[in-house]
Amino acid sequence: MTAQNPPVNRSSFSTVLWTLARFREAGITLFILILVVAVTIRNPAFLTADNFQDILLNISILAIVALGQTMVIVTHGIDLSVSSTIGLVAMMVAFVVKQNQDISIVLVVLLGMALGAVLGSFNGLIITHGKVPPIIATLGTLSIYRGLVFYYSQGTWINSFELPKSFKLLSKGTPLGLPNMVIIAIVVAVIVYYFLNYTRTGREIYAVGSNPDAAQFAGIRKDRIIFLVYLLSGLAAGLAAVLWASRFESAQTNTALGFELQTVAASVVGGVSISGGVGTVPGVLLGALLLGIIQNALTIVGISPFWQLAAQGLLILLAVVTDKWILSRVERRTA
Amino acid sequence: MSESILELKNITKSFSGVEVLHQVSFSLEPREVHALLGENGAGKSTLVKVMTGFHQADAGEIYLNGEQVQFGDTHESRQAGIAAIYQELSLFPDLDVAENIFVGRQPTTLGGRIDWRKLYAEADKLLASLGVHLELKQKARSLSIAQQQMVEIARAFSINARILIMDEPTSSLTLHEVDDLFRLVRRLRAEGTAILFISHRLEELFTLADRVTVLRDGAYVGTRPIKEVTRDDLIRMMVGRTITDLFPKQEVKAGKVVLKVDHLTRDGAFRDISFDLREGEILGIAGLVGAGRTNVARAIFGVEPPTSGSIQLNGKEIQISSPQQAIGLGLAYVPEDRQLHGLIPQMNITANISLPMIQEYARRGWLQEKVERSSAFNAARQIEVRANNIWQKARELSGGNQQKVVLAKWLSTKPKILILDEPTRGIDVGTKAAVHALMSKLASEGLAILMISSELPEVLGMSDRIIVMHEGYMTGHFTRAEATQEKIISAATQPVTTGSVL
Repeated sequence: MTAQNPPVNRSSFSTVLWTLARFREAGITLFILILVVAVTIRNPAFLTADNFQDILLNISILAIVALGQTMVIVTHGIDLSVSSTIGLVAMMVAFVVKQNQDISIVLVVLLGMALGAVLGSFNGLIITHGKVPPIIATLGTLSIYRGLVFYYSQGTWINSFELPKSFKLLSKGTPLGLPNMVIIAIVVAVIVYYFLNYTRTGREIYAVGSNPDAAQFAGIRKDRIIFLVYLLSGLAAGLAAVLWASRFESAQTNTALGFELQTVAASVVGGVSISGGVGTVPGVLLGALLLGIIQNALTIVGISPFWQLAAQGLLILLAVVTDKWILSRVERRTA
Repeated sequence: MSESILELKNITKSFSGVEVLHQVSFSLEPREVHALLGENGAGKSTLVKVMTGFHQADAGEIYLNGEQVQFGDTHESRQAGIAAIYQELSLFPDLDVAENIFVGRQPTTLGGRIDWRKLYAEADKLLASLGVHLELKQKARSLSIAQQQMVEIARAFSINARILIMDEPTSSLTLHEVDDLFRLVRRLRAEGTAILFISHRLEELFTLADRVTVLRDGAYVGTRPIKEVTRDDLIRMMVGRTITDLFPKQEVKAGKVVLKVDHLTRDGAFRDISFDLREGEILGIAGLVGAGRTNVARAIFGVEPPTSGSIQLNGKEIQISSPQQAIGLGLAYVPEDRQLHGLIPQMNITANISLPMIQEYARRGWLQEKVERSSAFNAARQIEVRANNIWQKARELSGGNQQKVVLAKWLSTKPKILILDEPTRGIDVGTKAAVHALMSKLASEGLAILMISSELPEVLGMSDRIIVMHEGYMTGHFTRAEATQEKIISAATQPVTTGSVL
């Protein structure tokens, strides 16, 4: 009943390797390991607890938004508006906090998530009821939401001194040993993992992405699922927005500008298929981790800042190519 | 029989202005296998989709157990106990076998958590009871068509539906698999399920069905107990007119020989095929599926070159080694599977028609759109393609009109010899007549046509001369006057001995 038998007539070591390689996340894990070893040889300061905590802090927000993005991509859609959602929600939440210095932090988080969900629902409505392709619909709201940031803020920023300490500690406090933000990201990942693997609705997300017509034949309400994933993507972006404002202690008109592409990159590097139906939570977390490690490593190894962006892109492409190569080898072996 | 469980009254449905169902009534009773019969395009699949709520009827009523219902989508019909296996396979390639069976209805624990262990156990039990052996964790993407069909059937069975609709479930199954399926269908019937069964294999219906309803051109023709009808009755009900007026082949005086095939052989496919084809003549090749007829056509067209024998074109012996060369020599070949080989569904009519001639319409690499458009337009008009305009996508056309576009495409190459492989398979009666009229007209203009057809009436009605093939050999050669249905069937099925090869 379980997967294929291990290949025969092989040494036990290579058998172990092939068994490992059969995990969908094997390629990217291998790439991360190689990268960590290579960078540590260049600069041992890379492989320290402090540096890794730094990396985790940096990728927490990315991981949360990328998980939302992943659910959208699994339905064969895309949500380009997440960066503007973060910008708009961060600005609104920071404004509320600035006006009500004593406000409960839990309430602030809930407010951010609710605002994000509203913006996400709007995407969902345009796509399901307006019959607009996701890439066009969210490209539109990418501009609209960013435009609303300018309108709402009248071009001004909310700065660190205007925000209460409790709000700033939301992301950085370490009452549980790790920074709160990292713990929140882990909790989100666990919830999304459970949702995608152990609820009918979660499985229907895969079904819709895998074969939309068949989903309808099977009695799945396709439009509801599609609406839902955009709502959830907005919700995740709303949560990320609160953390963003807390972490950077400000809300600016250009908050998270261009961030949408990083979330897509984290998903795709993590093995999410842009044509829908395929994608796992561990994969996306590894994708976000790889992006974080690359960014951190380029600085630590001392690559010129002028080269960093290009080097980052190159490494992402290399990771995807490695992954595809391993996948095709495994498929040939097990076919 | 008992009260009907599902009843449709005066259902009418149109798509973009074309009426597909016209006031169709139908009733299904518990403990019966009810066959729905009709030619392709008669509206069977649409009727099924109306029953399941995939489409909504424009007019008419649906009654379930005597109560009027309206299904907004397939979810609602499923709740009401209607399960359907559609003609198009509807599996999820990225999900595994077990999950495909239970998708949308995965067993859950009290907390609403999917119980994967139970899911696999139930899938295992279900497949075992169906006598089907499949790897539960295999992704549907890697299953064969027959295996996919089995998963679909398992899915339908798993619902414990009171009404089970099967739209051509046997079309891709082997005989053995069909037996298994029928055994299951009979068991379900005994358990009280009402089964609607669509199939083109008439023989099947006589062994399985209790009643049969026939549709023709979107209209209800009649419902009969299967014991009271014969095969011929059913065909008459489906076709609805006498066969002679369907095939308007005009008498044309045959011209000079344009194609002469002599002792043509391709090892493993056909042997010793000899015939000639004249201007203005339609030569029919009859025989059973798999007799090697298509292979002969493909050999002449240069797709699979012959291993021995000769082909003469206008008296000159030639070697045709590629379709490009064949097109250049004035041959055109319209393949059997137009979806697979003949059309690019996403492209519009103009682009499809101009495809083989695209080099001719270009000057220094730039496509001359005016030339392309006018010649496509002329070809489409000559053939009477029914479409809103020539920019309509090929996939939006009906099967018959798609076939016309394929014909238009090859006619735009101005061939001298046209090879048609099953030219009217899967198109409705009206379009069929139009295609036949067109073939006749083309022949009268001097075109030589080689027509492969499995439909005897078509072969008899359209051909000036007929050759019959069986197991790779030519087993008969008749003129139009000599040929009868009996002679052809006998030639197409007679045991092959060396003496019988002409």
